[in-house]
Amino acid sequence: MDLQELQTLAKREQEILSAPCIRCCTVGGCLSANALEVKKQIEVAISTQALTPPIQVRGVGCMGLCSRGPLVRLDPSGILYDQVTAESVPELVHACQETLQSNLPKELPNNTPLSLPQPSSYQPRHHPFFTLQHPIVLENSGHIDPKEIKEYMANKGYIALYQALYDMTPSEVIDQITQSGLRGRGGGGYPTGLKWSTVAKMPPGQKYVICNGDEGDPGAFMDRSVLESDPHRVLEGMAIAAYAVGANQGYIYIRGEYPLAINHLETALRQARKQGLLGSQIFESPFDFRIDIRIGAGAFVCGEETALMASIEGKRGLPHPRPPYPAESGLWGCPTLINNVETFANIAPIIRNGAEWFAGIGTDKSKGTKVFSLAGKIQNTGLIEVPMGTSLRQIVEQMGGGVLDGSAKAVQTGGPSGGCIPVHAFDTPVDYESLTRLGSIMGSGGMIVMDQATNMVDVARFFMEFCMEESCGKCVPCRAGTVQLHQLLTKICEGKARTDDLESLNQLCEMVKDTSLCGLGKSAPNPILSTLHFFKDEYLELMHNKASDDHHSS
Amino acid sequence: MDGKPHPNKDHRFRVLEATMKRHQYQPNSLIEVLHKAQELFGYLEQDVLLHIAHSLKLPPSQVYGVATFYHFFSLTPSGRHTCVVCMGTACFVKGAASLLSTVEQIAQIQTGETTRDGCLSLSTARCLGACGSAPAVVLDGQVVGYQTSEKLGQQVTQMMGHPQCKVAT
Repeated sequence: MDLQELQTLAKREQEILSAPCIRCCTVGGCLSANALEVKKQIEVAISTQALTPPIQVRGVGCMGLCSRGPLVRLDPSGILYDQVTAESVPELVHACQETLQSNLPKELPNNTPLSLPQPSSYQPRHHPFFTLQHPIVLENSGHIDPKEIKEYMANKGYIALYQALYDMTPSEVIDQITQSGLRGRGGGGYPTGLKWSTVAKMPPGQKYVICNGDEGDPGAFMDRSVLESDPHRVLEGMAIAAYAVGANQGYIYIRGEYPLAINHLETALRQARKQGLLGSQIFESPFDFRIDIRIGAGAFVCGEETALMASIEGKRGLPHPRPPYPAESGLWGCPTLINNVETFANIAPIIRNGAEWFAGIGTDKSKGTKVFSLAGKIQNTGLIEVPMGTSLRQIVEQMGGGVLDGSAKAVQTGGPSGGCIPVHAFDTPVDYESLTRLGSIMGSGGMIVMDQATNMVDVARFFMEFCMEESCGKCVPCRAGTVQLHQLLTKICEGKARTDDLESLNQLCEMVKDTSLCGLGKSAPNPILSTLHFFKDEYLELMHNKASDDHHSS
Repeated sequence: MDGKPHPNKDHRFRVLEATMKRHQYQPNSLIEVLHKAQELFGYLEQDVLLHIAHSLKLPPSQVYGVATFYHFFSLTPSGRHTCVVCMGTACFVKGAASLLSTVEQIAQIQTGETTRDGCLSLSTARCLGACGSAPAVVLDGQVVGYQTSEKLGQQVTQMMGHPQCKVAT
């Protein structure tokens, strides 16, 4: 494939795609809400009526608003219909037909608006949930068929890879990434450009690029959605990275719990190889790069980079101390670049639009956007992509539509390594530094909203139980410390603790934090420390209240 | 996982052999091979593990170590029906713990166990990524969202009421 071929293909596909089309979300949350049946019914309804103009039906990736699925969108009008059922399909097709003929959006009679008590606006896409977003990573999500490489090409796909290979030297690519200010989206926030240049500076020889798709944080589903909805974007990002650092082999490590994402990735890899965009002599240049998939087997610790590499080598996922960092000695002892799915998904747009464009979005130290999975006791559950620096209040109250019933108490970010941010700190802009100051972390992007009924001590215990079970057992502070912390929290929840137990809890937290080997243990006490900081009265209440109710002991 | 018994045992070993051959019997393909073996046999029997150890030239202890390290692999057969309750944070906040205790009560088993008649296996998942429809449960491989204790209780009772599954309680 050369540039001209790519552009011809893209242009032809753009023409096909611009025709009237009903796009059905067929991944993630919509899938478990019977989206495939809805799509089938729409196809049947369309094929039995000779419509003018003809309407295509396509399955696409995630449209974001998972709690209102199955979602269906009529293009080019862009009208979004939510909670479509197989029964409402005839009505929907009729509405679509009228819309196309009259160019006026046609409402569905029973289509209730998003978290609005009165049907004053039936259009979900005008809701802040959509209007406050800034899609970069998710720009194609919900618009293209993830199983069709041509649809990705029609949306400027693989242009960035071509630009990198033919118009830029590897060091120019790294410079662009450095100047863009992109930081690792897996949680740590390490500058991506710096990581790339470390690997690139290592002497030439065997190097690897790894995509960390082991999205282990409970309540986070961003990577799953990106891989399911737009897998080629990740492949393109990895190929650009491999060119920049001088690697010829890549691995995508993905959770075994995500069968659809694995399926879409396999399809994408096959198509990219067939088109000469992966494998030998990519774009007929001397650059070779192969990608293999490695499927995880359900161990949270494998999200930690050194454990992940052990797992790729076919061993137990045990972390090892750093240094040496993977950039110097990683997979099979070779220099290895390891980045998160979302980080790779940001690469192609940066190369295409330039570092300055990317650096213009976000805050001073946190550039670009971040994808969050908004879940918990909130009206609008789903995936959002917002510029860094958006406040928690905007996310929870405006985009999320507020708490289901009652009011919010806290937002949990960063999963078992993060903390709980109380409602009085909701005006904090979401960026790496601000969240760290609040004792939480950005993490991979899980955002769980908790209401007043949530018991924060119980939440801390929930996360500690998680860490206790997921500890790999290699180092003592984590293996034994998490068990002790869990016991202490259970004791508190059962109302059997005394105030001096709080002191032990605090000390033990600090000890586990300071002495554990890897990120799992180092961050395991975070949920306790942050709840202890912001919700100490809940702990104290349990001290006096000996007869704690039974639901804690389940 | 798919726990269906297969009538022809040799066939499954042949497929496993082909998988190992495709990986050129590389020791680092152990996890991929175990995935395939579990897919074929439903669980990892001891003789299967030994066979894999010999084929990949790995000490049996290492194969056993890897098979027991990862939650995905099971060394015991699972029941005819499976119920996996998601314990992700979003599901937890929406009451997954009470769903779990409902199933435990109905089936009279603890999490991670199979009923004595081999009818139902109950386990938990870290997070299914189906947080949009929390709390979510996987029943026989199908993700079902927006569960309540009543709904789930009914479905589990129905599964266990299947003619082949008479619970000995």
